[in-house]
Amino acid sequence: MSSRDDILASILANLPRVDRSLPHVPLFDSDPPASLLSAFKDNLHRMGGNFLDPPASGDMLAPVRAKIADAKVVCSTVPEIAGNRDVADVRATRDLADVDFAIVRASFAVAETGSVLLSDADLHVNGVAYLAQHLIVLLDPADIVINLHHAYRRPEFRNRHYASFHTGPSATADIEGVLIHGAQGVRSLSVLPIARAVGNPTH
Amino acid sequence: MRIGLFIPCFIDAVFPEVGVATLELLERFGHEVVYPRDQTCCGQPMANAGFNAECADTEALFVRNFSGFDYVVSPSGSCVHHVRDNFDAIEQTDEVKEVRARTFELVEFLHDIQKVDAFPWARFPHRVGLHNSCGTLRRLKHARPSELHEPFFSKPIDLLSKVDGIEFVRPARPDECCGFGGTFSVFEEVVSTKMGYDKVSDHAQAGAEYIVSADSSCLMHQRGCAERIGVPLKFIHIAQILNGASA
Amino acid sequence: MSTSRERTDDAMLHPEMLAGVDPDAIIREGHRLDHAEGTSKPLRPAPEPQPRGAKVRGNRPIDQQEAAARFIAATEHEKMHDERLWDLRQKRDREMHGIPEWEELRSLASAIKEHTLTHLDEYLLEFEANARSNGIHVHWARDAAEHNQIVHGILRDHGATSLIKSKSMLTEECGFRHYMASVGIDVIETDLGERIQQLDNEDPSHVVVPAVHKLRTDVAGVFSRTIGTDPGNTDVHYLAEAQREATRPLILNADAGMTGANFVVAETGTFVVCTNEGNADLSANVPKLHIASIGIEKIIPRLEHLAVLVRLLSRSALGSLMTQYTSHFRGPRAGGEMHVVLVDNGRSARLGLDEFWTSLKCIRCGACMNTCPVYRRSGGLSYGATYSGPIGLIIDPTFNARKYSNLPFASSLNGSCTNVCPVKINIHEQIYAWRRVLVNQHEVPLVKKAAMKAAGALLSRPAAYRAAIATADTALAHLPRFVIYNGLNAWGKHREVPHPPKQTFHSWYHANRGAKQ
Repeated sequence: MSSRDDILASILANLPRVDRSLPHVPLFDSDPPASLLSAFKDNLHRMGGNFLDPPASGDMLAPVRAKIADAKVVCSTVPEIAGNRDVADVRATRDLADVDFAIVRASFAVAETGSVLLSDADLHVNGVAYLAQHLIVLLDPADIVINLHHAYRRPEFRNRHYASFHTGPSATADIEGVLIHGAQGVRSLSVLPIARAVGNPTH
Repeated sequence: MRIGLFIPCFIDAVFPEVGVATLELLERFGHEVVYPRDQTCCGQPMANAGFNAECADTEALFVRNFSGFDYVVSPSGSCVHHVRDNFDAIEQTDEVKEVRARTFELVEFLHDIQKVDAFPWARFPHRVGLHNSCGTLRRLKHARPSELHEPFFSKPIDLLSKVDGIEFVRPARPDECCGFGGTFSVFEEVVSTKMGYDKVSDHAQAGAEYIVSADSSCLMHQRGCAERIGVPLKFIHIAQILNGASA
Repeated sequence: MSTSRERTDDAMLHPEMLAGVDPDAIIREGHRLDHAEGTSKPLRPAPEPQPRGAKVRGNRPIDQQEAAARFIAATEHEKMHDERLWDLRQKRDREMHGIPEWEELRSLASAIKEHTLTHLDEYLLEFEANARSNGIHVHWARDAAEHNQIVHGILRDHGATSLIKSKSMLTEECGFRHYMASVGIDVIETDLGERIQQLDNEDPSHVVVPAVHKLRTDVAGVFSRTIGTDPGNTDVHYLAEAQREATRPLILNADAGMTGANFVVAETGTFVVCTNEGNADLSANVPKLHIASIGIEKIIPRLEHLAVLVRLLSRSALGSLMTQYTSHFRGPRAGGEMHVVLVDNGRSARLGLDEFWTSLKCIRCGACMNTCPVYRRSGGLSYGATYSGPIGLIIDPTFNARKYSNLPFASSLNGSCTNVCPVKINIHEQIYAWRRVLVNQHEVPLVKKAAMKAAGALLSRPAAYRAAIATADTALAHLPRFVIYNGLNAWGKHREVPHPPKQTFHSWYHANRGAKQ
């Protein structure tokens, strides 16, 4: 018998003979926040992320350009702004080790937790969101869902091989409970609310 | 009503005044209170340590002593919890089930059954720290434990707030265990006493003159700790305050 | 008369520990950021030597009290540890109060897990089929040894000699690092707390914050010995940055990466890894080879169930909305390879224990440890086992009843753990049940057994009992003796003995009410 068979046989022999039915899980959305964007922004802040207020008029990407102005290596995966490292040229993930800023677009976001969802389609090379020193995320406010119950109905969890919620930057409080950002991953995460360009649908 | 008074071993031997206060208090409400002479213990010390078989004779004796009363009332939450929720070393006859179902701790009895709305004879003009023992808090549900998201309620506060002059202090950790835990207090003595030191220090820092509880076992442990580290607190059982003790 | 119904959020048990101004605080728009922080208050460091864990001597029962006593004697460590974890408990409570459906979520989580466990084989097979169709290699390991061998085999097949990994209690359970060292494979922990412990040659002490028992001075000592930091610099930001810089090249050059998994979703063939540092995502996405070690009990049926558990996990563990990274792995990336090792190691056997199978619901959040007054004062290393605190007390005896026979007695049975458990494991009741089991299996000292038998005999005979406590003095002398086995001494070591009253209640009643009977 293989280990697999042994384990399955052991489980079958030991299954508790009690009736435990699977419960129905509600969506818990009967009291949504007045503004999903506002709620998202508040929770993003609570979790240590930055919210880049878009200018009233003119260049919508100005806050991002300001942030990356002095950066040496910028890797952008979005058409809205150009970097100087093309993710398509990456042979090995470790080649992205010198990236200062990575700019990506989130598939969607969650108001309840201030999280953005980045899939392998958004990142092209998954590691870019972790090796970069700083992460900038473009988010279409129309892509914000109320809570995690709604989030898990999104198609990304059924058709992508990798999908990760980022909730603020990398953090730890492992030493005496003191909060550190940039423990292993990005030192900062900034979100710019900007609609997807027409002709650039969600994946 | 005809009430059987259960006075656990350590109250009998160490805190007889709590037994007296309980008896007198129940009599104030017009009950016929009987103290069966042959009572000893509910079996909890052995059960608590995992020795359930060794409880059987003691539990059987308890049932023999307390059969036939309208209620069995005791000023000890941990004992009542054992009788109602464990007490399974003996065969569960109808008589056993009846006694178990009618056994109540004093605060529960006064609050839920007697539904007392005044203690006109009681006055306690002191700052008190209320200690809800873990048994009364989480098993007998005297009050909402801080871990749960439920509406706040507290039977001891409901009763004590009818006592003239009483003032409650706010410790930093109102329902952290004080460390008595039955045989834990001796088998795991170092951690037990550290928990006791922390508990009494917390109440003292909050400004308490007295610690009041419905469980004398916790009070016995806390008093021992307070005296050892020189924290000047006084300890009193809720029965004594409700019965009109002034100090 | 005044009453209070709420606790003061900032009240501390040891306010004398506050340092005042906190140079480490991250201030954003005038407010202090404290998400996932162990405490909002800086405590003064003191160069007190770190107390080490329980003395492990082969299979002999762990003496948890001996180790706990040493931890308590290290007053700065004990105070810091107690306050940090209590603060996490407070933060958890704050999150709880912000969610009206909190108790409903707990009930749902418990029901989801219990249903799954009662159909465990079906869901594992569903997961395996879906994972395989997405290109994941699925392996099955009966026990720790087989897990280690399987992983070794995968690494050997790829010529891998270095492995970066994120935190996994399962790999701790399997003695994985020890095994890898014996076969010449370099394993690098990437979680900061785990890395500190690895460099210090010590086990993790808490399932979520592995080095919570260490002061910054201890960490400075470890890092100065191992990664060359300045021994005099105890600044936490400096230490964390030093570790980041030292570990980055190891991550970039590693041959393979390993993670655990917090949840496994049968319907999509997904496993989910939650971290705050992003170190699991580095471990999984930098090297081409990703191996995930997963306990068979981690599985849940569908994505909708994941929502319930993810909402509860970080709030329960750290009082934070969500782990900074919650990553869903469904298949390898282009040019990469993904392996999952499903591990039993006693879990299927535990499924068959009537009173204890629900301990398999555990999602390793650590909330029980944070709330446990015994754990906070003893330190996780005092339990001498992979799993410490309340959950440890109920699962460790299944790994080794003899070695862990003392653990279920290292509890005051206060029940706080049960109330904070997001999946509603009745932990304190299982601790109580284990005591009975261990007594019946004769895993308790004979002296204790004799004393309990004697107590049972005395307490069931009214005349004998009355004689034993006839006077107040004899009452006091006998009373503790018949419920303990080492006399009055243990009570009186650190606490004053009870005052002898003038008479027992029994005598009072006889004197004052005797005529009525």
